[in-house]
Amino acid sequence: MPNPLRSEGEAFRFLLGTVVYFALIAIAGVINAWAGLVVFIVLTIAVVWWWWSSRQPAPPRQATSIRGGAPGEKRILVIANETVGGAPLLDKIKERASSSEDTAKVHVVSPALNSPLRHLASDEDPARAAAQERLERSLRKLKEEGIEASGEVGDGDPLQALEDALRTFGADEIVISTHPEGRSNWLERGLVTQARERFAVPVDHVVVDLGDAS
Amino acid sequence: MAAVDHAAHPPVANQSSRVDARTLGMFLFIASEIMLFGSFFTIYFFVRVSAGTPWPTPPYQLPVFVAGMNTIILVTSSFTMHWALQAIKRGNRSGLKAGLVLTFLLGLTFLLTQILEYSRIGFTPHTDAFGSVFFGLTGLHGAHVFVGLTLLAFATIRAFRGHYTEEAHHGVEIPGIYWHFVDVMWIVVYTTVYIL
Repeated sequence: MPNPLRSEGEAFRFLLGTVVYFALIAIAGVINAWAGLVVFIVLTIAVVWWWWSSRQPAPPRQATSIRGGAPGEKRILVIANETVGGAPLLDKIKERASSSEDTAKVHVVSPALNSPLRHLASDEDPARAAAQERLERSLRKLKEEGIEASGEVGDGDPLQALEDALRTFGADEIVISTHPEGRSNWLERGLVTQARERFAVPVDHVVVDLGDAS
Repeated sequence: MAAVDHAAHPPVANQSSRVDARTLGMFLFIASEIMLFGSFFTIYFFVRVSAGTPWPTPPYQLPVFVAGMNTIILVTSSFTMHWALQAIKRGNRSGLKAGLVLTFLLGLTFLLTQILEYSRIGFTPHTDAFGSVFFGLTGLHGAHVFVGLTLLAFATIRAFRGHYTEEAHHGVEIPGIYWHFVDVMWIVVYTTVYIL
């Protein structure tokens, strides 16, 4: 069920629904108090049932396909949270970068991971600062490995962050780094599957276990 | 000494790509308003249901018909508000202005009628618990209508000064959401306080 106050149009439709709901209850209540109660219960059940049945997962959005690279250039978009410094990810980036004759360009997205409450309150500064720090560490590491890389702090929602990044960095492929299954919130939410459905570029998944790496 | 770069402007504020800050502000405001109304309705149900206070306390009568007319006026004002926004979305500035002026006038009529009824109703907030709750709930709503009228006045003045376009009309959309919320609350108040 969409938020009834998301826009003026939806608020207006919500008002019309409220008018009908209360008018029926009032008419029945004026005729007979018990009838009013019955109408109230029936209508409330109907509204709850409608709300419940309309809660379906949103269909995947149309795949984004933006090709912005120059000829002879291979562009790799990497998204990672805490696992950005893990060896398997660096190995994967190096492997992808050296897999063709093209010059590799890597763009790292560090999502500003935040709690839902802080996100709702637009309190994103600490999350963005932490993401910026991770990004800088990551870029330094890539530079040490001889890989040309740029980066940005992205939205807290990794899919949104990828979509935002693809607007300005037309990638040939995407690499998603996560914790192992069972510890990864992103995997639990089906991030990799959703990214493959949404984006029209190959999506590679790397599992980085920082516990093992250390 | 190394040159220091000074930005000519403050850093660009970060904005989430999912929630518009202005709309979020209105959500939070309305959420707090729902809690405020909720506390008043709690008092109403306590006085009427738990304490069993007669509603209305004899010999007083509630102006159900006049309040019903006022309800129609207020609901109509939501239609004109919706029309105003639809008009500017289609680039119809005359429709925007007419819709906002009509909405403002209908809202003002509602408020003035309510004030007139207060003066003729025959009881006061000091009379008894019924009077306190009646004036508390309807007065709280009246205060919200006043706030809504203030927002509408700003939007109307801006519309006549040439503000708002097909693409940029947040200044009408946000007061519109608030106005519909005020109408929804009146439907609840009217049904529970006057009818049932």
